[in-house]
Amino acid sequence: MTSDLTRLTASEMSDLLSRKEISSVELTQAHLDRTAAVDGTVHSYLHVDTAGALAAAKAVDEKRAAGADLHLMAGVPIAVKDVMATKGLPTTCGSKMLEGWIPPYDATLVTKLRAAGMPILGKTNMDEFAMGSSTEHSAWGPSHNPWDLTRIPGGSGGGSSSVVASFQAPLAIGTDTGGSIRQPAAVTGTVGTKPTYGGVSRYGLVALASSLDQAGPCARTVLDTALLHAVMGGHDPRDSTSIDAPVPPVVEAARTADVSGLTIGVVKQLGGAGYQAGVRARFDESVQLLVDRGAKVVEVDCPNFDYALAAYYLILPSEASSNLAKFDAMRYGLRVRPEGVDDPSAEQVMAASRDAGFGDEVKRRIILGTYALSSGYYDAYYGQAQKVRRLIADDFSRAFEVADVLVSPTAPTTAFPIGEKLDEPMAMYLNDVATIPANLAGVPGMSLPSGLADEDGLPTGIQILAPATMDERLYAVGSALERALVEQWGGPLLDRAPDLTAHPSAHPTADPKEA
Amino acid sequence: MSSHAAEPVLSYEEALEQFDPVMGLEVHVELGTRTKMFCGCSTQFGAPPNTHVCPVCLGLPGALPVVNEIGVQSAIRIGLALDCKIAPWSRFARKNYFYPDMPKNFQTSQYDEPIAVDGHLDVELEDGTYYRVEIERAHMEEDTGKSLHVGGATGRIHGADHSLVDYNRAGIPLIEIVTKPMPGAGARAPEVARAYVSALRDILKSLGVSDVKMEEGSMRADVNLSLRPKVAADATGEAQLAVPLGTRSETKNVNSFRSVERAVRYEITRHAAVLAEGGRVLQETRHWHEDTGVTTSGREKSDADDYRYFPEPDLVPVAPTPEMVEALRATLPEPPAARRKRLQSAWGYADLEMRDVVNAGLLEVIEETVSAGASSTAARKWWLGEIARRASADAMDVTAYAAERGVTPAHIAELDGLVASGRLNDSMARQVLDGVLDGEGTPTAVADARGLELVQDDGALEAAVDAVIAANAGVADKIREGKVAAAGALIGQVMKELKGQADAAKARELILAKLGAS
Ligand SMILES: [Zn+2]
Repeated sequence: MTSDLTRLTASEMSDLLSRKEISSVELTQAHLDRTAAVDGTVHSYLHVDTAGALAAAKAVDEKRAAGADLHLMAGVPIAVKDVMATKGLPTTCGSKMLEGWIPPYDATLVTKLRAAGMPILGKTNMDEFAMGSSTEHSAWGPSHNPWDLTRIPGGSGGGSSSVVASFQAPLAIGTDTGGSIRQPAAVTGTVGTKPTYGGVSRYGLVALASSLDQAGPCARTVLDTALLHAVMGGHDPRDSTSIDAPVPPVVEAARTADVSGLTIGVVKQLGGAGYQAGVRARFDESVQLLVDRGAKVVEVDCPNFDYALAAYYLILPSEASSNLAKFDAMRYGLRVRPEGVDDPSAEQVMAASRDAGFGDEVKRRIILGTYALSSGYYDAYYGQAQKVRRLIADDFSRAFEVADVLVSPTAPTTAFPIGEKLDEPMAMYLNDVATIPANLAGVPGMSLPSGLADEDGLPTGIQILAPATMDERLYAVGSALERALVEQWGGPLLDRAPDLTAHPSAHPTADPKEA
Repeated sequence: MSSHAAEPVLSYEEALEQFDPVMGLEVHVELGTRTKMFCGCSTQFGAPPNTHVCPVCLGLPGALPVVNEIGVQSAIRIGLALDCKIAPWSRFARKNYFYPDMPKNFQTSQYDEPIAVDGHLDVELEDGTYYRVEIERAHMEEDTGKSLHVGGATGRIHGADHSLVDYNRAGIPLIEIVTKPMPGAGARAPEVARAYVSALRDILKSLGVSDVKMEEGSMRADVNLSLRPKVAADATGEAQLAVPLGTRSETKNVNSFRSVERAVRYEITRHAAVLAEGGRVLQETRHWHEDTGVTTSGREKSDADDYRYFPEPDLVPVAPTPEMVEALRATLPEPPAARRKRLQSAWGYADLEMRDVVNAGLLEVIEETVSAGASSTAARKWWLGEIARRASADAMDVTAYAAERGVTPAHIAELDGLVASGRLNDSMARQVLDGVLDGEGTPTAVADARGLELVQDDGALEAAVDAVIAANAGVADKIREGKVAAAGALIGQVMKELKGQADAAKARELILAKLGAS
């Protein structure tokens, strides 16, 4: 039985646990065993907390045995992206800069996971400080796509997408600044949601771009995603930008899965030139399935989305250049003494440490942001980008006057080979062209599998976008579509993924950047 | 001691003959909130290093700020007390620069959207005239940590072996109050600067938003000064005001009223010497040296000082409603200057008397003494005379002395009542005061315990008077002849006879009547 436990959905695990048919220790151990078997090849984790996870599982089992009133998700294990502060567990953000840093506090959402009794299996890999779309910018080497180990699992949250796609965890925490939950979900055949900005506390999320960052759930089904969303969401007085309202009824929406009478808006600007044929084909079929289930389809025009990428790459680096200033070797993390300097000043140590500790992509964006905020350039760059941001929000408002949700392909292509775009930052950035507008406007978005592309047999994703605070619509539409697709496929898409245990020693080459 | 080459200066008089000074003052005030500006850590002064810290004020990865509501309210009240407009929508901004005592390497401050703008403060000068200081803005920000440089001779970073940083101060709420350039002060610029900082402190104190202790650094002033050519005798005339401002220096962290005055004066003479030689004043930061009374060059301001300000994305805008602003306005105390005027007129003090009271810090004490029933004259006489004299003998501040000895306004009012009712005369009252100061109890209790009471028995007084007249026939004759002044000698003897407990006025009356001289 144990070997099969990892194939269950989180919802099924929750049912078995509450009926005491399985224990959390048993369930947690099954996932740890799976990790031992496959993570040598997938490399989802930067840190596995075997002892901590089993201790948490044991505590839940004991409470359950004692008849305590437990959270619905109690005992279901979870993986957490390494960008979330976890008390007593290493938190590196995929950077050498934070090697060895163990936070003295838990992020609010981690506190919620612990309070719900969800054992934390470990910390997942990511592009350094969440800058990237492939995990190739992780200082600790890339994660690999369980569908094809030579390909990227998306990024920055490729650790979280691959960890659920490879059945090492039923659930994972991701963060999404421009698509880092949704694009990895799309290329690994999994589900991920970026909630409304402010819907999940950012306290303890190591900031990339404060006005864009949003933590969210990663899972294999829409319902599981909703179950995790409900655990992690809600108001947090420690985060001033957190929304002071109850979590939207996401679980109910996922269970009801009703799209009859809804109007689906297909965004004209997302899905034309530059989108792979297989991605486009699966998207069109998905839209048709929604129509079959009673939805109406309209095309919506969002002309300012064409400027989203440009605005994003001014706002993000600007905020990042300031957010990452704290990594200065003075209080924690890496400290490097400059070479050839006898009596270095604090400033010289800061410079040497930042030079040694940050990777190229991080430096690229810090330089870009520092420039964009400089006096004399501020109005032309940061100021203009903020105006574009408002125009994009206006586009959304107009679109949501005629449509209840918007849809597009999540990413223009399926997973690309590791190394292919590493030296072409612009090509890499274009991966997020469809996901970025939601972050700029603060609206919620979800990606779920739409099938496999005919040309390469790799997963494709469809993105659903809803008005701010109406996250439940993502789940209603996503769940309805998922049911239609699974029915069509005759089972979950991931059932068609390769058996990773078949090639146990096939550890792919390390990150070319790391060598 | 600070060591530095003396820079040439012109005499103050020469400087003012040739140049017109224009100042600007930036005053930082630490708010007296219980917790820091963006986290729940204590603001208590003097705790062991790095004990009042948390992930937020240490700038740990992932931590987020939350605005202290009391801090915002204090900022609004300060703005209102300075007649500023309160912005209906204001934002925090990040001021980015690297420094080891700044945990995030940016300071959360306000930039182009401050909470309060466009106010003014009328400050009274020595001669009773007023100078209006225009306030440009008052904004909220957080303090930095504090570096301690160890192992060097000077306590400065140069030559130090290593540095320690205490983050207890990091995140303490500050309000920065910035004046507009202050033209037209002419030779009185140093006096105006001092009067402004002093008036500002009075206001902040009356608001109860800060302990405003300059010596502890909870209020510190930066003095900006520039000179421009003097083109007219009248510093406030149109011709003079039209002359463009010169290059300014910025003297940092001047920590007493007297130093503010001296620093302005020094900078006027230093700038004048540079300009008189045809030189160029550098736009730079200067350090003030209390011991030698001079400033020295800090660092030159340059284009590299680009703080890359942008709106703080981790905080939401501060948008006080008109109702909130009005509710805060209703909490404003009477402005200190107006209050002084009102009290002076109610008490009937001369200007000089009032100034002495204010300078001794006795305004509140006298107000309380009067409201406890004492006459204003008696209140001033006891506090400024008797108690201040005893305090200065102990080298103490009068209010501190009173607090230590446990003497209160109510005691003084009671003492005055005992004199007014005729139970005590002045010399007995002074003895009673000594008893109170020695902790023997209330004035009445002391008088009772020491048996101090004027003799009210007319028979006893008359007997004493008769005895004294009989014993001093010569003096009595002189009085009979009209030398009334001689009565003093007899009164003294009567007092002696009655062990000081006689009513001297009554004794005099009686003596004169008996000798037919009244
Ligand atoms: Zn703190």
